[in-house]
Amino acid sequence: MSTPLISDAKKRWQQELAAAPSRPQPATTVSGLPIEPLYTSDDLDNFSDEEQLGYPGQYPFTRGVHANMHRGQLWTMRQFAGYGTARQTNERFRFLLEKGQTGLSTAFDLPTLMGLDSDHYQSRGEVGRLGVAVDTIDDVRQLFAGIDLEQVSVSMTINAPAFVIMAYYVAAAVDGGFDPHKLRGTLQNDILKEFHAQNEFVFPPTPSVKLVVDVIEYCTKHAPLWNTVSISGYHIREAGSTAVQELAFTLADGMHYVEQCLKRGMNIDDFAPRLSFFFNAHNDLFEELAKYRAARRLWADLMKNRYHAQRESSWKLRFHAQTAGCSLQDKQPEVNLMRVAYQAMAAVLGGCQSLHTNSMDETLALPSEHAATLALRTQQVLAYETGVTNTVDPLGGSYFVETLTDQMQQQAEEYFERIEQHHGMVAAIETGFFRREIGDAAFAYQQAVDAKQKVLVGVNDFQQPDEKPLPLLELDESAERDQLQSLQQIKKQRSRDDVRRTTDELKRVAETGTNVMPALMETARARVTVGESMQVLEEIFGRYRLGAAW
Amino acid sequence: MSLRLDSMNETDRPQRIVLAKIGLDGHDRGIKVVARGLRDHGFHVIYAGLWQAPEAVVQAVADEDADWLGISILSGAHMTLLPDLLNLLQQQGTENVKVMVGGIIPEADVQKLQQLGVTGVFGPGTPIEDIVEFLRERR
Repeated sequence: MSTPLISDAKKRWQQELAAAPSRPQPATTVSGLPIEPLYTSDDLDNFSDEEQLGYPGQYPFTRGVHANMHRGQLWTMRQFAGYGTARQTNERFRFLLEKGQTGLSTAFDLPTLMGLDSDHYQSRGEVGRLGVAVDTIDDVRQLFAGIDLEQVSVSMTINAPAFVIMAYYVAAAVDGGFDPHKLRGTLQNDILKEFHAQNEFVFPPTPSVKLVVDVIEYCTKHAPLWNTVSISGYHIREAGSTAVQELAFTLADGMHYVEQCLKRGMNIDDFAPRLSFFFNAHNDLFEELAKYRAARRLWADLMKNRYHAQRESSWKLRFHAQTAGCSLQDKQPEVNLMRVAYQAMAAVLGGCQSLHTNSMDETLALPSEHAATLALRTQQVLAYETGVTNTVDPLGGSYFVETLTDQMQQQAEEYFERIEQHHGMVAAIETGFFRREIGDAAFAYQQAVDAKQKVLVGVNDFQQPDEKPLPLLELDESAERDQLQSLQQIKKQRSRDDVRRTTDELKRVAETGTNVMPALMETARARVTVGESMQVLEEIFGRYRLGAAW
Repeated sequence: MSLRLDSMNETDRPQRIVLAKIGLDGHDRGIKVVARGLRDHGFHVIYAGLWQAPEAVVQAVADEDADWLGISILSGAHMTLLPDLLNLLQQQGTENVKVMVGGIIPEADVQKLQQLGVTGVFGPGTPIEDIVEFLRERR
């Protein structure tokens, strides 16, 4: 009896739909995926609860990696911070812990991220500006002074010289009396997305990945609670990719690391549980949460069926999310608060394990204390007031969300094939495949904005002529001078023999292709700088140059 | 394509613009979008790439006989690096090249840069059309 009624209803709906006016902007996701006016059970013809959803905490983890998700433990509210000298950032860290933040996240300055010392000529004007300046192990000791490294989890966002910083961290922790087996935290250590998007690379792709694998191998043995790589889509998205590209390229990067670890002779179940992920949380609520759900399902399938991992913990994709910096506007910047809140909600509904919410003033300057506090408060309102944490995967089973999740999975799998056709990860990097795909998407997005097919509130519509400027953080310009002085001091005081002996050993080890981490622990203690360590390796591995294709 | 022909007809030759990133930041989304956008509007675009030293930028401007130099910087080091670059342009006798800057530049610095001789400063989210119009009005 009910079937003809539904089909009558459908017919009537189709007629009414055809007659109803539509808004001029095309109905697509932020990334341009077309969206239907309505989703029904017809869209889920081949859908299987068992295969596509399962239960939370169980394969394929579409609904989340834990049985009770945020009903049990809230995500970690982890705000990225760092500026000036190690002493200044240490103060900010303690302030954030006092305000109720539950984990630390370290931003390094550009010279450190590029593997250059503060006294390098290219570092001028950049020292301590966008993050904390680190030249030697002494800076790392100062950075975490008075913080219990067995209790607080520490994230460090660094890539090209990640292995150097990790050696500083472990050596400093051990020397400070902490047990490396109890250290908890995450090293970003994801060089592949640097080649695709963020451009903070030094060595060519192959030796760069070898160094990533060195860290994975070392930590698996000596710091087993440490998340060795944060495989990152965030920066790919910031560079202008679509949500599907972010998803596909990130998981493809993950596959490449896994394959290189297996080639090294490691057992998948020893290292896979400590691979973590980092995704963007952009404006489109449903596209974003479908992306996270598809990511979990794809990774579980790859780990179980392609790489034959046995442990459930190897199948679980755990992720950090950060709201989209590129979505923030410098016009009417307070409006960014609302953008960030919705983006954060997408990440939470999508089952994130930790989250950074951007400050409203980030297109103008580094966050002021007021703006940073509001960003953290946004997470606290989500966690404690909105009720979105009360049940696991509340949008699971929605015709729309499940259809979108399936679509994203399929389109990501198509990209995996295209990468294969480009002869794998390294070849695809070298021929510019990823950069072209991302560049095309970025340009298409800008064209849509310029044509007002995408409305940006306050930017191409709803403008406000007389805006009151926000009070911004005034940067203390003395950091560069202070850092240069202390670096000079260290260079004078340290033992030249120790420097020579330990860097010779680093060179020898790198030439033979063995793991560089043990040798780096010794260069660290000899107070060899980041720049000097990178220089030793550059002489062996060379430097990667980009073609100027755009 | 029609856009390109229109603008070619406007004048004798397309305006030539060298685009470059100085400093250490790798944010090249904006400059690449601008490069493509200007090319599609009939400009002759030479993109010099990331991490350019001021000397190399000035050399590129001279070699390419450029009308414009567009510098992108999002690291905040613009007040350290741009004055040097502008000085160097003058010393090399390429001071008649007009300079525009894109990136995260606070309002107070925009005025300082204009006093130093920068013709235009464009923040994030500037429509390509605005930049095109700006360049055409000042050719």
